[in-house]
Amino acid sequence: MSRTFVGMPAFPEAAHRALGNQQLRANLGHATSTIREKRAKVVAEVPDWEDLRRAGAAIKDDALLHLDEHLVRLEEQLTSRGVVVHWARDAAEACALVAGVARDHQVEEVVKVKSMATGEIGLNEALEREGIAAWETDLAELIVQLGDDLPSHILVPAIHRNRTEIRDIFATAMGAAGRPAPADLTDDPARLAEAARLHLREKFLRARMAVTGANFAVADSGTLVVVESEGNGRMCLTLPEVLVAVVGIEKVVPTWRDLDVLLRLLPRSATGERMNPYTSTWTGIAPGDGPQEMHVVLLDNGRTRALADEVGRQALRCIRCSACLNVCPVYERTGGHAYGSVYPGPIGAILNPLLRGVGVDDQVDSLPYASSLCGACYEVCPVRIDIPEVLVELRAQVVDAHRGRRHGASERLGMRTAARVLRSGRRLAAVEWLGGRLPMPRRLGPLTAWTRERDLPRPARRSFRRWWRREGGAR
Amino acid sequence: MSAREKILGAVRAALRDVDPSTVPARPAARRTPPPDREKLVRRFLERVADYQATVLRCAAADLAAEIARALPPTGVVVPAGLEWSVPGSRDGDQVTDRELDQVSAVLTTATVAIAETGTLVLDHGPGQGRRALTLVPDRHVCVVRADQIVADVPDAIARLDPARPTTWISGPSATSDIELNRVEGVHGPRHLTVIVADR
Repeated sequence: MSRTFVGMPAFPEAAHRALGNQQLRANLGHATSTIREKRAKVVAEVPDWEDLRRAGAAIKDDALLHLDEHLVRLEEQLTSRGVVVHWARDAAEACALVAGVARDHQVEEVVKVKSMATGEIGLNEALEREGIAAWETDLAELIVQLGDDLPSHILVPAIHRNRTEIRDIFATAMGAAGRPAPADLTDDPARLAEAARLHLREKFLRARMAVTGANFAVADSGTLVVVESEGNGRMCLTLPEVLVAVVGIEKVVPTWRDLDVLLRLLPRSATGERMNPYTSTWTGIAPGDGPQEMHVVLLDNGRTRALADEVGRQALRCIRCSACLNVCPVYERTGGHAYGSVYPGPIGAILNPLLRGVGVDDQVDSLPYASSLCGACYEVCPVRIDIPEVLVELRAQVVDAHRGRRHGASERLGMRTAARVLRSGRRLAAVEWLGGRLPMPRRLGPLTAWTRERDLPRPARRSFRRWWRREGGAR
Repeated sequence: MSAREKILGAVRAALRDVDPSTVPARPAARRTPPPDREKLVRRFLERVADYQATVLRCAAADLAAEIARALPPTGVVVPAGLEWSVPGSRDGDQVTDRELDQVSAVLTTATVAIAETGTLVLDHGPGQGRRALTLVPDRHVCVVRADQIVADVPDAIARLDPARPTTWISGPSATSDIELNRVEGVHGPRHLTVIVADR
């Protein structure tokens, strides 16, 4: 009961399909405009928001630029508090480590806190192959899992579903996964939330093992932090006997005090609240309280590749708030599935190529072009990731990776011709003169691929330079 | 070579271009004079009420009566180390996590409270109990002393001990997952009552 993004078409094709889905566009338009308003309101309450953003960026940069030291410190602290620390280079290693813990305890099911890292590595599918059921307990993840669907937003993976669709999914699919939905379930959001409460309560009370991610991992204290809303995270972090946290190595922050900045930036940027309902921090095993066996899997899976990119490494500052998705004119219209990854939207358009490398997969290579470069994402980013700058850099890398391949030939010819024309005032004047007189064809031979999606402006009948000369501007 | 050595080696290789003495500049935190106590208390109460929690304020002398009013007559658990006694309540240490599902309400104190965000922070010491105690029951009544209220998140972080587990609570359990509107009442306590006691 889980799908993956394997085999997704490149962005332009996937986006084209998504744009034809009226229901999707209506759902997304409603949800993103709601969240944009809420965020703007609570951000405006903070007088030093720009200073906070700068501080957030500096904290994450500090962590990233000395990442090796912080990771070693984190490992020491975790170990001293009774946590078993594992290191995983890629998805397969990480999944095998989690499955190994599950096998050691002979569990047939695990409950899960919402976690981007475990989505990225396909943990649910890997556990399923081992005969272990992984139950998503976040409401939106539950909707995606029960609907045999794919996530389409970082914070709210079921953002593409409206309340009526959610009601139908619960009514149809809850019974096969456990306690069925109440027979008289309506599409009232409070009733839907209650149905999830009833469905998952028995799983929380029964589960012996939980899997979580972490929003932050504090190096100097060995503290992990989970920021959530519903209390499903608290259930998973507290009730089972065994807890495994899969933590990307870029989640490290140097000190406990750094949380004072990050815990102000994240809730306002993410759900547009002054504070999210629940945040849990824990530092290894607390005797007599919560799981008495804990594992942390420190995950690379392309992060060191991204770190080596001098322009792109800033993407590792990301705290997964989703503000960039909610303001993006491209995301708002295409939705998240078109990006073919658990990381959609502007951050996904840079993170996926950075984690996976360019020149290998056409779907990944198409992502840096999934943007109009309007810059709204950079303006809202709580850790000031200059997404447009990274997009442009990655476009250059994609072009370099494809140099010499056939389908780049016409673009190269066009660029070379443009360079010849623009280098000489005489040639440019001749082309301008000609362009002002020739009838404008609808299809421009090899340029059709360009003009199909863009209007080609008609050149002025008289160029600026001719006008300038005639007016005597040179005197 | 182990995965650990390979990852740390890859991190070091990735950072070859970086001068190891680089320290990213952080803007100095803005220090505003702390508002007076009365303003803090009022802001805290207003912000907690924004989350659809029930808020009460009383003098220390009236606290026992307010607590009794806020709790249901039966099915109450209390953590060890609580300074008030609740007639008929059970000791949380004697109740299993599964039994907590049949409990109506829990009464605790907090470690610090944040006015700006309307947040209670528990560090699960005496008077607060293990984490499951304030999670599984459907009603949480929390008593905060007025002098525990601080202005904003940095003040709370400074007062907390990272070695202890902490739970930050801002209103009753809620979700924004249905059309991005906040709806109260998912897995944690659906009813939160906060009583601020003046000294």
